Amino acid sequence: MILGVLAAFAAAGAAPLLARAAGRRTGWLLAAVPLGICGHLWRLSGAAAGNGAVPEFAPWLPDAGLNLSFRADGLSLLFGLVITLVGAPVLAYSEDYLADKPQRGRFYAFLLAFMGSMLGLVFSDNLLLTFVFWELTSVCSYFLIGFRHEREEARAAALQALVVTGAGGLALLAGALLLGEAGGTFELSALASRGSLEGHPRYAAILALILAGAFTKSAQFPFHFWLPNAMEAPAPASAYLHAATMVKAGVFLLARLNPVLGGTSAWRWSLIGFGTATMTVGAWRSLRETDLKRVLAFSTVSALGTLVCLLGLGTRPALIAWVWFFLGHALYKGALFLVAGAVEHETGERDSRSLGGLRTAMPFTAAAALLATASMAALPPSLGFLGKEALYGAFLAAPRRWWLLTPAAASNMLLFAAALSAGARPFLGKAAPTPRLAREAAPGMWIGPLLLALLGLALPFSSVTSALASAAVSAITGLPFEAVELSLWHGFSPELALSAATIVGGFACFAAARKIRGLGGGRAAPSLEGAYALSLAALFAAARAQTRVLQSGYLRSYLLIVLIATIMLVGAGVARGPLPSFDASSGVKPWEAAAAALVALSALAAAGTRSSMVAIASMGAAGYGVALLYIFFGAPDLAMTQFIVESLTIVLFLLVFRRLPKLVGVSSSLSRGRDAFVALSMGALMTALVLAAFDARTAHRISGWFGEHSVPLAHGRNVVNVIIVDFRAFDTLGEITVLALAAAGVYALLKPREAAEKT
Amino acid sequence: MSSLILRFTTLIFLPLAGLFAVFLLLRGHDAPGGGFAAGLVAAAGVALSCLTFGPAWVRRLLRLDPRGITGLGLAVALASGAPALALGRPFMEAFWAGKAGTPLAFDFGVFLLVFGAAAIILQTVAEES
Repeated sequence: MILGVLAAFAAAGAAPLLARAAGRRTGWLLAAVPLGICGHLWRLSGAAAGNGAVPEFAPWLPDAGLNLSFRADGLSLLFGLVITLVGAPVLAYSEDYLADKPQRGRFYAFLLAFMGSMLGLVFSDNLLLTFVFWELTSVCSYFLIGFRHEREEARAAALQALVVTGAGGLALLAGALLLGEAGGTFELSALASRGSLEGHPRYAAILALILAGAFTKSAQFPFHFWLPNAMEAPAPASAYLHAATMVKAGVFLLARLNPVLGGTSAWRWSLIGFGTATMTVGAWRSLRETDLKRVLAFSTVSALGTLVCLLGLGTRPALIAWVWFFLGHALYKGALFLVAGAVEHETGERDSRSLGGLRTAMPFTAAAALLATASMAALPPSLGFLGKEALYGAFLAAPRRWWLLTPAAASNMLLFAAALSAGARPFLGKAAPTPRLAREAAPGMWIGPLLLALLGLALPFSSVTSALASAAVSAITGLPFEAVELSLWHGFSPELALSAATIVGGFACFAAARKIRGLGGGRAAPSLEGAYALSLAALFAAARAQTRVLQSGYLRSYLLIVLIATIMLVGAGVARGPLPSFDASSGVKPWEAAAAALVALSALAAAGTRSSMVAIASMGAAGYGVALLYIFFGAPDLAMTQFIVESLTIVLFLLVFRRLPKLVGVSSSLSRGRDAFVALSMGALMTALVLAAFDARTAHRISGWFGEHSVPLAHGRNVVNVIIVDFRAFDTLGEITVLALAAAGVYALLKPREAAEKT
Repeated sequence: MSSLILRFTTLIFLPLAGLFAVFLLLRGHDAPGGGFAAGLVAAAGVALSCLTFGPAWVRRLLRLDPRGITGLGLAVALASGAPALALGRPFMEAFWAGKAGTPLAFDFGVFLLVFGAAAIILQTVAEES
């Protein structure tokens, strides 16, 4: 599995180059990658037959609990096979769909990177590793949705999807960390065998966070609004990501965590509640839309709701229904999205009301569409029918069944009608005029959907399907393997009656479609989309306001902010410590006092004067006073350096002040008061800090050691210089680097302006 | 052009400053001085010349671009630690041959860098005015 994931990423890296080299055959060549991975997985499924699982392990960050652990069990193999089996036709399809676009290589790269991330996600056995791949899929989805980046709608939709799924991802991370801490490990298989976390004090928080992540990814109500907008993506990306694979990631995670978090009433209520709501809202919106892709998007939302609801129910019949439903949906929805893309590509029309009679112009596409629609409408003997029957069976066996059956039946009727209007109507009936004269799409564009639709009809008759389903169910429940029987005919059962009723009701809805669309004045159902737009706008406004205040461009405000922040933060620390003591017993010599007075008076003069020359001279005097103090306290090197630096600073000030304009006004007395207060506070803080540092000394003074060893070890009698260039030479190296950088900064800031002024 | 006295004094002062800088550099190890002070004294000469004769004159006098001098100083300082590495010792361990050694080379690098950095700043600001 590690190899499979790496192969997908390697192909992603090579795709742009391959696109340039192989031209029109790239898609077909790249389709070999998922097919190869599929074959590999097929062999693995033989080894993982029954209750077995094939683990792979490589340590990555063992201290953090993050390892490259992979595990191929029934559930992950089910998903893995779907990912690769749908991926191959999508790649071949993309070749013809994006035929004239030069960015094909980039598209393939993103698609393959997504495939690798998705495979990593489903095969990962480490919760943190799953999160990494989770976020990678969100990133790939962002690039794919925003592929036509010249369109503003595409950019906005991509951002919306990223923000919503990303916020959910953050919640997921928090939940995963809590879960790992509660369970003692991040390895999913260990967590599953450990058993349920019910009763743990943090269970509610963990559940809420992980549900937030799963629900945003799988577009559950009320987070479903990003999925229809994601239809800005090119059709193959919509088919792959937003129908077959990525949106199922949330549902997959819930299934994976079922042994750990499932079975409790909180789990059941949340999943069934949100799932049913999503199922109904999705189905309702699906019929009200007329854009082909949006109809399919909303029906995907509804299907995801159904999957979540079944998972919440958690009984064995429900989980079996879950597998059938998932398989069927991936196949027929993928096919239908590809068909919708083909129709748009050939006719230029995407509104189902304006399409009709395309079966003569596009026979193969029509065949694929009708077969897939049959599965979506749950007509026997398709996989969709199997799924719906099992769904009804599971709901009938549940307590309070009519709470589940009523919305399910209603949704299925609406979805039946939606399927007919999006999948069947464009091809049947009278031919309608379209912007482009319709003709059959290139082979790559109908072979894929046809194969997927045919699989949807063939799988119910294959024994492989039931073996796969059994393994998946046992993985979800954590219970030992139990074979699932697959039969299309159970006799005249209540499920059959419900299915028949659904078909009848569906036709009725289809007939009344226009009336249904007109209901409610065409207003959309409430969702969080408005909240998203508002919060984004508020975020941008707050950022602009904050930038205006903090980054005003005035040096004095920057200085003020830095000083105030330092005073508050450091002052808080100093205030918490012991009061600094002031030991005046050693006495102050008169000349030291005179030098100190010189410094203080010069500083006051510099602050108080109105003449810039006097200010410069006073600051220079203050510097010289400090140098005098250095001499009195026995630091000649320091004094020398201080004298020269002070002189150079005065020279620099003179050079700069020659260029400054005459000062017209001085700041108001209020600001002067404020500045004086801040300056005095800073000075007081530094004094307190130095005194506190004196008192805080606990270790032996090191200067004695330096004095003793300066001559024998370093052959020098000037201890200061010896420390600078020998004992602590490395520190000096850092300091002179900073000095060089400062000089470079001055040069970089002043030179370009000078060059601009000269021209 | 500035006053005659200033120009005359500066012309006398400049070589003195240069010599004094080298003097400080060499005596630094045993008496007050060292690379920093030496570099600054040399920079003081540059500052005075900038005020008296203008930055163009200083540029011609120095011949080398101060940025190059700074970089050379940093390179010398780094290189002074290299012999230690070559002999498998920790970076910047001192090696002496009589009175000369790697710390002296390091100090020379510091001198060049400090002089160069100060010269960059002075020249840039002077040329801007």
